[in-house]
Amino acid sequence: MEVFFEWFRVLYDETGINLPFLYDSYDRNRMVDGFFMTVKLSIVCLFFSVVIGVVGAWLQNSPLKWTRRIVNVYIQLFRNTPPLVQLYFFYFAISSLMPTVDNGFGGQQPMLGGFAWAAISLSFFAGAYNVEIFRAGIEAVPNSTIEAAEALGFSRLTTYVYITLPLAFRVALPSLNNNLVNLVKTTTLAYAIAVPEMLYEANQIWSDNVNVTEMMIFLLLIYFALVGVLVWGMNSWERKLKIPGFGN
Amino acid sequence: MLTNITRRLAMIAAAGAVAFAAVPAQADAIDDIKERGVLRVGVKADYKPYGFRDTSGAIIGIEPDLAQDVANTLGVKVEFIPVVSSNRMQFLQQGKVDLMIATMTDKPDRRKVVWIVEPNYYSSGTNIMSLKSAGFKQWEDLRDKPVCGIQGAFYNKKTGRDFGAKIVAFKGTAEVYSALKAGNCMAFVYDDSSHVATLEQPEWADYEMPLPTIDDAPWGLAVALGETRLHDPMQEMIIGWHKSGRILELETKWGVTNTPFALDMNAKYK
Repeated sequence: MEVFFEWFRVLYDETGINLPFLYDSYDRNRMVDGFFMTVKLSIVCLFFSVVIGVVGAWLQNSPLKWTRRIVNVYIQLFRNTPPLVQLYFFYFAISSLMPTVDNGFGGQQPMLGGFAWAAISLSFFAGAYNVEIFRAGIEAVPNSTIEAAEALGFSRLTTYVYITLPLAFRVALPSLNNNLVNLVKTTTLAYAIAVPEMLYEANQIWSDNVNVTEMMIFLLLIYFALVGVLVWGMNSWERKLKIPGFGN
Repeated sequence: MLTNITRRLAMIAAAGAVAFAAVPAQADAIDDIKERGVLRVGVKADYKPYGFRDTSGAIIGIEPDLAQDVANTLGVKVEFIPVVSSNRMQFLQQGKVDLMIATMTDKPDRRKVVWIVEPNYYSSGTNIMSLKSAGFKQWEDLRDKPVCGIQGAFYNKKTGRDFGAKIVAFKGTAEVYSALKAGNCMAFVYDDSSHVATLEQPEWADYEMPLPTIDDAPWGLAVALGETRLHDPMQEMIIGWHKSGRILELETKWGVTNTPFALDMNAKYK
């Protein structure tokens, strides 16, 4: 393995193509950490944004007026502001208003760090879109199906969980797909609040080594691969969930 | 077999490198400046007192003053373009600025990308600022502690790798100061010249610059590669600044104690 990595040092000396995240073990570790940080942040945000979407869409159809209003305010707030502004807002504004905890070195630090705020903020951001995506799916479920469920004695919740959601989910999947791809790409913004994800580490590496071109090409390819894996997974899921005769 | 592939790859790569390198280095910057009547200088806008914004938003400081000197000599107006550490060399390469005076440490790998004019016009080292109560005594004390930095600064790597600090790097100093106050990090690793100026402000009374300064390194004023006709007058300009004591004068004007580097250079050229 070392021989393989050393080859890239030779490549740099011979050609000027500088890929320090391969031959320099320190840069390599940061890049690997950055990659897993991106993966971790993506998975956490994907999970919570879908949960927010499902719950939000259910609450949006609530018979209670104020529940519906609160959900709508949330959607408008997070859909109509830039995600970077939201990140800064959470990290610099909200965080400073929250209680602090001991940092273990005799000082004080905020309760939540950059990663937690990035996960919260991006989940809410993508969640707002997911609510609308699921709502579109729910509205596509024929009323007669829901009436049939009611006739069979299903409650509002059980109708939603067993009848509406499974059908709505299949309708919503293509646009959900789209939004989740966007979410993975949006995780790069976390670099503004110093979450050491891939773009952040790449930025450090290109600043230290002045190899902007190489790092940009590398970043583009690796995000292409990462999002490609997600798209492939979502598409095969879409195919598996397909019910013959429904939705087309 | 392996060498064969290596050679072939190297050739492809070399062709690519030539294609990239061929883009800048065309017309003479100095003709463009004269024609335009404006000298565009990349300076810092968040680095008190070397380049920062006054209450009206105008960029002022030691480096803007130096840039003004250059513009006066050339007989043109000056325009300050704010740059940050992670984009300043690219601005110069792409011709967005003619000249860069942006607190950049002179390093060999940077010399491959931009043309750093000798002699160096200034110098600074690396230090941290932290709460007095944190009680840092030596660089090793930073191990495993969150330390704020500026994205693109070269000493982030050293502080992280050699001293084991966990670097939390932001885009600009405003974010860092906010994070430092909020406790997101315990110290801020940056140029000592910046810390000295910051610590004089009353709001930072509880903070100190506790460690021995390391990596005292000269700053480089830079022009784009190949701009000989801009480079040569800049060289004279810098020598002139050292000779006349202009740097010392500006330090005094902006409230910085005269640095050993500036005094030495003044003595050398006088």
